[in-house]
Order: sequence, then C-alpha cells, then structure tokens
Amino acid sequence: MQFQKVLIANRGEIARRIARTLKERGIGVVAVYSEADRDLPFVREADEAVCIGPPPVAQSYLNGKAIIRAAKETGAEAVHPGYGLLSENAGFAREVMDAGLCFIGPDPEVIARMGDKVTARKVMEEAGVPVVPGTPGGVHTWEEAAREADRIGYPVMLKASAGGGGIGMHVIRSREELEKLFPSAQGRAKAYFGDGTLFLEKFVESPRHVEVQILADAQGNTVHLFERECSIQRRNQKVVEECLSPSIEPATRQKLTDAAIRAAKAVGYTGAGTVEFLVDAKERIYFLEMNTRLQVEHPVTEAVTGLDLVGLQLDVAEGKPLPFSQADVTPKGHAIEYRIYAEDPERFLPSPGKVTRFQMLQGEGIRVDAGVESGNTVSPYYDPMVAKCIVSGCNRGEVLERSRQVLAAFQVEGIKTNLPLLQKIVHDVRFVQGKYDTGFLNNKPIQQR
Amino acid sequence: MQQVQSTMAGTVLQVLVQPGDQVEAGQDVVILESMKMEVPVQSESSGTVKEVKVEAGAFVGEGDVLLELDE
Repeated sequence: MQFQKVLIANRGEIARRIARTLKERGIGVVAVYSEADRDLPFVREADEAVCIGPPPVAQSYLNGKAIIRAAKETGAEAVHPGYGLLSENAGFAREVMDAGLCFIGPDPEVIARMGDKVTARKVMEEAGVPVVPGTPGGVHTWEEAAREADRIGYPVMLKASAGGGGIGMHVIRSREELEKLFPSAQGRAKAYFGDGTLFLEKFVESPRHVEVQILADAQGNTVHLFERECSIQRRNQKVVEECLSPSIEPATRQKLTDAAIRAAKAVGYTGAGTVEFLVDAKERIYFLEMNTRLQVEHPVTEAVTGLDLVGLQLDVAEGKPLPFSQADVTPKGHAIEYRIYAEDPERFLPSPGKVTRFQMLQGEGIRVDAGVESGNTVSPYYDPMVAKCIVSGCNRGEVLERSRQVLAAFQVEGIKTNLPLLQKIVHDVRFVQGKYDTGFLNNKPIQQR
Repeated sequence: MQQVQSTMAGTVLQVLVQPGDQVEAGQDVVILESMKMEVPVQSESSGTVKEVKVEAGAFVGEGDVLLELDE
C-alpha cells in the first residue's frame, strides 16, 4: 500500500517536520488546527487544512472525533499523531483504525501496555530488561523494610504507596537511618494520604537519562539507531539532547541497545519507538519507560545516521520491510539539539506573546525545526517549545564550536526565550567535557570556562 | 497601597482570595496557567485585600495588576 494523503494530528514544528517528508514523497498533507493556530506556518504550508475547534486542547487537538472526521472528509488514508497530544492514546489509535484509517504508530494494544507503568515494568522484567529494583508490594514494619533494603542495597528511596509528585519520599542511606525514619514516614503517609503503606525502591544517584531509538517492521525485523543523551532537563523536561552520548562506555552502549531490542521484541513493537533508561555513576542501567511514538529529539539521530525517521515510519505503516539491517547502521559524526522555549531563562516561567523577530544562521551542520516565524503569536495554550536548533559536525568539538556561533547569532525578539541559558550551557565546563547528569540545571550554578 | 502583579502572561485559573481577606506575605493569592503550567502568584506583602482586578478565565500580561491590598 502507498499513501496518497496523510492527516497530521499535531501542530507547530512537528507538524511542519512531518509535512516535509510527506511532500518529498509526493503525499498530500492535511493539517488540522485550532482557532489559535490559524496563522501559523504549518497551516499555511499544508495542502489542505481543517479547523477542528477552539484553542483549548480538549476542544481541538485532543478531540479525536473531530480529527477523524477531518480525515474522512478530506479523504486521507492515514493519521500521523506526532508526539504528545493523542500520540500515545491507545483509544484514539483504535478509533482511527475502526474508522478504516491507518494509524502511523504501533498497535493500540502495545501503546496501552507501555502506557501503564506497572504493566510496562512487568513486561520488561520478564524480558530480562533491568528495572529499578524495589519491593514487589508494601512493607509494613521497619524490620521487614530493613530486610528488603539489605536485599536491594543502600541508598534506597522510601516512598508512600499512595503518594505522588515527590511528596512522602525519603532517601535512606543506612540501616540506622531507616530505623529512625520508618515510623515517622509511616505516620506521615497515613496522615497525608490516608494510607500508611510504604515501599522501597533503589535510589539511583545522579543518574543520566539515556534513551535508545528503535525501529521495527511488520516482518519481524527490529534494529536500534543508537542512543541519545538527554540528561539536561528542567522540570523533568529535556532541554538539550545529543547523539551519541558523550559519557557512556562502549560496553554500556552495547547493554543499552541490547536491552532496547529485547524490550521492543517483547512487546511486538512496530514503527519508531524509544526506550528510556537511567544510567547511574557505575554505569548500571535501569529501564524507565518506553515512548511509543516519534520523539522530539529524533533529529539528532537523523543527523548521525543519515536516516529520515518519519520516512521510515511511513514505510513501516505502508507494510514495507525496513530497507536496511543493523549492520548497515553506522553512526557518523556528532549532533546536539537545543530546544528553544518561550520562557524566562532564569525562572523557567512561560512567556507567550508576539514574535517580532525570528532569525538564525543557516549553513552546513545547522538545522532549525521551528513552529513559528517573525510576526506569529506564541499563544499561552500549548507547550512552550517554539523551535529546535540541531547542530551537527564531524566530532563533538566541532559541534560545540559551531553551536556557540549558532546560538550567539540566534535572534528571537518579542518574547522571552531560554536562549541565554543555552548560550551559557555551551560554555559550561561540565557540558564541554561531556560529564553531566540530570542534576545539571538543578544543583549547581552554570560554570563558565 | 500595595499591588500584586502577574509574574507571567497567561490565563487566570483561580483567584484564591476575596476583598476583605487578610493575606500574609508569601501567601498564594492567584493561580495562573500558561503553556501547560500552573503557576501560583504570591503576595509580596501582608495586608487586607481591597480589590480583586481579575477573574478566573481572564487573560493577563506579565506585570498586570491582579489585586490591590491595604496595609
């Protein structure tokens, strides 16, 4: 099967990115948009565009029925969900298929299984993929907790079963500390959450966030496209990603890619997906979660492998086998992506508004995937990411040098952006040396060279 | 008279105080929402709420006055 027309159920930069590959293949592009996005480039550049509702996502980009209706009315045969929004919604994927359309992504059943943390963890354990060690259920006495902690190994995290969002969590470094803290933690869990059940998990100290890109076709071929280092984060959201990771050992790379392939095969994965891991200071790896969609940071993988991930997603969805095998995938050079957020660079608070100027350098090793251009308004309804700047080169040193020039010359006016922060990061000693973990933006002030 | 100003552009999600309420410095008085983030706005000083200038659902810019306080 060969698609003639595809609907993109997304907005901004990723809608434009997907449209680019569709156009290269001569496939018609259908955009859907909310009233707030009427003037954005992704709407204008599409072959057809359908307004699906008012600005709030619940009434537009999360309105699956309106999106499917738009696909039927325009005669699109397939729906590409992009990332975020409905991309990991198994119910939407099923409705798309029930409407006789193709969902560009894995089977809805796979999305559902990986979306549930408990199920995902169980599937991975059974497949021999390492997960963060923990107690299978609750612990009720401190003696029981001490036995479990000895088995897991200190430091451990003591968590309230009913808690969440970091509340009711304690890092415990010794048996003495556990004995002292257990009764009060139990009391607080009962008082705050009405349930005194506690459980233990291995505390992964100063972890790095490393993820593996995988690709699988319906014929049973599964390959990995190496890893991305994504440890520079604020509020658990990535800010800078690179391919390959500058810090992991070759043996760790092997462990990560092996585990990712096992994970993908264990769930019967098809299409492009990402397996996220934590890597601790001793290079032990732990499965975090699987993202069953295209990732925001996929361009760094594209830069280093020379592949078009959206194109490969289309191939798989059309039922074609992957056009290469694992041995054909050789990483070449280095790439780093910088996410440009409409936000205050110090307080990380959103800064919507009208973009009066949006200008950047162009040239070799520079790719900018942007959702806006000069004159557009960044509305307060959606994610603050307005663009991604991807810099590539022969080696990491060249990429860093080029990044400094590109980021210094990047001009966004009218709204506040995190560009000043990105400009500091590329001069930070830890970043330059490639020695950083997820605490990079939280723990220490930026260190100038 | 003291004012509490908006820390960012966004939509007023919730107003937590009414005229006549006593507020303490550092207390959350309004919750704003922008770009999928909920951000509480605190009063910098203590006082009695004289007037609430915004209501839930309204759009505010950075620096807009949200409420006025009598010390």
